[in-house]
This record gives sequence, structure tokens and C-alpha cells, in this order.
Amino acid sequence: MTAPIRYPVLIALLSVLVAVLFAASLLTGPAAVGFLDSLTALVTGDRTDAVVLVMREIRLPRAILGAMIGATLGLSGAALQGYLRNPLAEPGLLGISASAALGAVLAIYTGLVLVAPLALPVFALAAAVIAVIVVRMLAGPRSDAATLILAGVAVTSFAGAMTSLALNLSPNPFAALEIVFWMLGSLADRSMTHVWLTAPFMLAGWAMIAVLGRALDALTLGEATARSLGIRLDRVQALAVFGTAVSVGAATSIAGAIGFVGLVVPHLMRPLVGARPSRLLLASALSGAAMLLAADIAVRLISPTSDLKLGVLTALVGAPFFLWLIVKTRRSLL
Amino acid sequence: MTRLALENVTVHIGGRSIVDAVSLDIGAGEFIGLLGPNGAGKSTLLRAIMQEIAHDGAIHLDGRPVSQLTEAERARLLAYLPQNRSVAWPVSVAEIVALGRLPHARPFQRPTAADEAAVAHAMALMDITALSARRATELSGSETARMLIARVLAQETPIIIADEPAAALDPSHQIALVETFAAIADSGRTVIASLHELPLAARWCRRIILISDGKIVADGQPLEVVTTKNLSMTYGIEAMLTSDEHGLIVAPTGLTSKRP
Repeated sequence: MTAPIRYPVLIALLSVLVAVLFAASLLTGPAAVGFLDSLTALVTGDRTDAVVLVMREIRLPRAILGAMIGATLGLSGAALQGYLRNPLAEPGLLGISASAALGAVLAIYTGLVLVAPLALPVFALAAAVIAVIVVRMLAGPRSDAATLILAGVAVTSFAGAMTSLALNLSPNPFAALEIVFWMLGSLADRSMTHVWLTAPFMLAGWAMIAVLGRALDALTLGEATARSLGIRLDRVQALAVFGTAVSVGAATSIAGAIGFVGLVVPHLMRPLVGARPSRLLLASALSGAAMLLAADIAVRLISPTSDLKLGVLTALVGAPFFLWLIVKTRRSLL
Repeated sequence: MTRLALENVTVHIGGRSIVDAVSLDIGAGEFIGLLGPNGAGKSTLLRAIMQEIAHDGAIHLDGRPVSQLTEAERARLLAYLPQNRSVAWPVSVAEIVALGRLPHARPFQRPTAADEAAVAHAMALMDITALSARRATELSGSETARMLIARVLAQETPIIIADEPAAALDPSHQIALVETFAAIADSGRTVIASLHELPLAARWCRRIILISDGKIVADGQPLEVVTTKNLSMTYGIEAMLTSDEHGLIVAPTGLTSKRP
């Protein structure tokens, strides 16, 4: 398929879009701060204390996390769809999101989060990494895509069951409510500590996925052809799976489960890059960042007071959009 | 010059020997037709050479065990057309053919002039130049087959291993295919192709390896291998055989009354 737009142009446009939305995210919030005031406060710190605090400690981490988590979801969605050669693949498929949620729930359930707030992201990330290790062990070293998906489904079900159990046995309704709210996904009230804690993991995951372009292109023709082209599929699987686990695990540990971005974004970008899996990676990362920044701005604009959850909005918008996408491309898919 | 040697290659699947103690010596410049009825073990033998399937016995390329080559080294020596003809994404035909250049490029390197020439040449040989901007998922069976063969040709390896490359092609494209393979053999490279098209194999291949039940039944020039006795014994068919100045002419005429 010839791409309707040249790849460098597309990347440049998406980069500009991300930059604009990042700025817009910095300017969105209940505190009435002027455009110039907020930017000078952010850059120089040379303003009244409250404005600097709002910008640097509330809005900046929120915008950074929005961009990075969106990029993580888009990138890993594109990588997994390419690796598994399955247009329905998304970061949750390998049990990563469900397990990260379970880790977070355990931190809330045990009350550990009250003692040490950072226990939540640490538990979530650890659970995500353990989950993919289990998935890989279940699927075996020379496993094909289908086996990996089945193992992922098994781990997802188990993590979901354990999460339900925690809810079921929850000591008090507040803990249960906290668990449910956390699982809905949000970027509200995250701090720079969250950024410092998880950014290295997301960057490490991106680096692992970024080198997969050639392999994903070769996998377009199946695993036997890819191997005959010199692709080491065991290494590709390790990078795809652990890259996704580390980055999505870190993302989920901060923001909770945010659905549909990882599934929809690669579909949105695929026609624009001529369907080539290697080109889909960067385009999906940028577009994921843009989508999550936009959603997080929308959440704040739609209901400034009632704290509409980000994950609810992405699913609410994402699901019908995905349906429309399927109907639109039905002819070429079937 | 690349020499492929198989020694007692055996593949067991589910307790059965699909390939049974196959030994072969294949030199440079050969165009080999691998013949045999369905289930004879042709694809399995080719997959064993490609290290796609566990096997006993030894497979050497120029004296080195194939299993000890790195993936990258192997990809510069052996090109492989598997039977699986699925294309996962609607990328352009030209991009699919260009995948054949991956073993020759460093990561993130742009295609060189040599890469582009190899791709263009391979597409011209397989008569798909006009399709280069089409989506690879929207081609006919024959167009898909020719695109995937062009991908193999673009890899420009000393040895090409093709599993049923002529399937789905019309007669003119089949003849163009075997003439391309013959020309590749003339240039000192080697083609090993499993084929079900007896007339095609008998007339164009330089050497025929006939296998049945995982064992080599006959190995030699077409005249020696494609005989009424061998065809009856392996395929269970009767055939009229004659020849002209270009080679053997085979016309299957019916089933042997008592199938083997």
C-alpha cells in the first residue's frame, strides 16, 4: 500500500501535534493561571510560589506522564500486533495490564500503600514483569504467536480472578472503592516522584522495542521466512515481550488500566504508514502520546470537579471508534 | 561456490520417520527438482535443511555444520520459500520483495543501489514490476506466489530452497520460473525446488531427486529418474515418456491399476 503521506512528513506532523497537546495539557486545570504566567513559572520558577508549585508539581508531571504513557501504549500495541501478526493484539493481551493491576490491588488491599505510597507502582511493575516471565515459561522457549497468546489469556484470567478475590474479601468498602477507582485509570494527582520512578522503565522498554523494526517487517511473511532472513526469533520474542512488560507495566503502575489506546492507535496509523510494521512503531508512539494527552485534557475540561476517570473516557470513545474502524475496513480485512 | 552435503538426515515426527536416512551431495550450479508423492517428506526435508525442524544426521554447507552458522550467515547462503504463502499486512509488493535484502543490510541502513537493483531485477524476472505499488494482501494466488519468489530471488544467495514454487502459476509463468531457475544454476548458484509438476521438472531440472516414504528412490538426470517404472512405483501413475532435443517430455496418462 502506498502511504498517502510521506513518512518523514507524518512523523513531523505528529511530533508537532504532541508538542501542542503537551503545552495545552500544561495550561489545563482548575487553578486560574494565565498563559504567559504559567509558562514563565514553569521555565524560570520566577513567580509566586503557588503558581510554580501548580505548574511544576501538578501539571508538569501529569503532562509528562500522559505523553509517556500514551507513547508506551501506542508503541507496545504496534509492536505486539506486528510480532503476533494479529490486528487484535494489544498490551493487555499478554496479561501485563491485568497483572500490574493485581500488583497494585495487592498494595492497596494489604494497606501497604498507606505506609509507603510508592509501594503501589513498585508492586504493579513487579507483578507485570513476573507475569510475562510466567507467560514465557508457559509458552516455552521456541513458542509461536498462538501459544504465547494462549498463555497470556491464561495469566490474564488468573490475575483477573485474584483481583476479584481481593475485591470480594476487601476488609472495608473504602479499600474496595479505592481499588475500583484505581483500576479505572487516571493521571490525576501524580507527582514528579512518579515520573522519576517509572520513566527509566518506560524508556528501557521503548529501547527494547525500537530495535525490532526489521524483525517485524520480516515477520509479515511468517516465522519461517523471518528466520530464513536471519531474524533471531527467540531474541525478538524476548525483546517484544519484556519491552512491553517493562514499559506497559510501568505505565499501568502509574495510571491504572487505560484501555483501547494500544489497540486503536496502531489501526489508526497503519494506513498512514503503508502498513509497514517498522514504520508503525514511531508513528504509533507519537500518536498514542497525542491521544492520551488529548483524552487527559478532555477529562479535565468535561468534568473539572467530579474526576471523570481517564480509562473510562478512552474506553468510552475508543470502543465505538474501533467499531467504526472495523466497519470501514471490513472489506479489506475479510 | 557452495556445497550442501546431507548425511543420514532423519526426521522423526510422532514416532514415524518422515525423512529416513537421506544422504545427498549437492554442488554449485545445480537445478534440482525434488519429486515425490504427497507425504513423501519433501517439505520436511527442505525444512530440515533450513533448521526449521529437529533432525538427526549432519547437514554441512561448505564443510561447516549448518546448525553452527549464525542466523545472519545462514541468511546470506540459503534463501527459502516456505509453503506458507500468507502475508500479514497490506504493505506494498515492492516492500515485500525488498525484504529479501534484509540479510545484506545493517540495522537502520537505507537501501543501497545494489539493493534496489536486486529488487527491480527480481521483480522483472517474476513479471510483477507492474504490481510494485499494489497491496501485497490484495493479489491473486499466482501474483502472490510470484511476489514471494521474487523476494527469494532478491536475497541473491548461493543456494535457493523453494517449496512448491510452481504451485498456483499458469503454464507461461511456470516455464518462466523454471527458466529463471535454470539460468541461476548456469551462473553457478544452486536451486533446490520441490515440485509436483512432473513435465516441468523432467524437462527443465538438471537433476531429479525422487523420494517416497522419506527415502531417496532415485537420484540423477531426468532421463534416469523419470521412468515409467519409477513413476508407477512412487506416484502410482502411468505416463507416456518421449524426448526431443531440449529434454524429456512427460505426459501422465492414468493411474496404475494397482496403487503402491
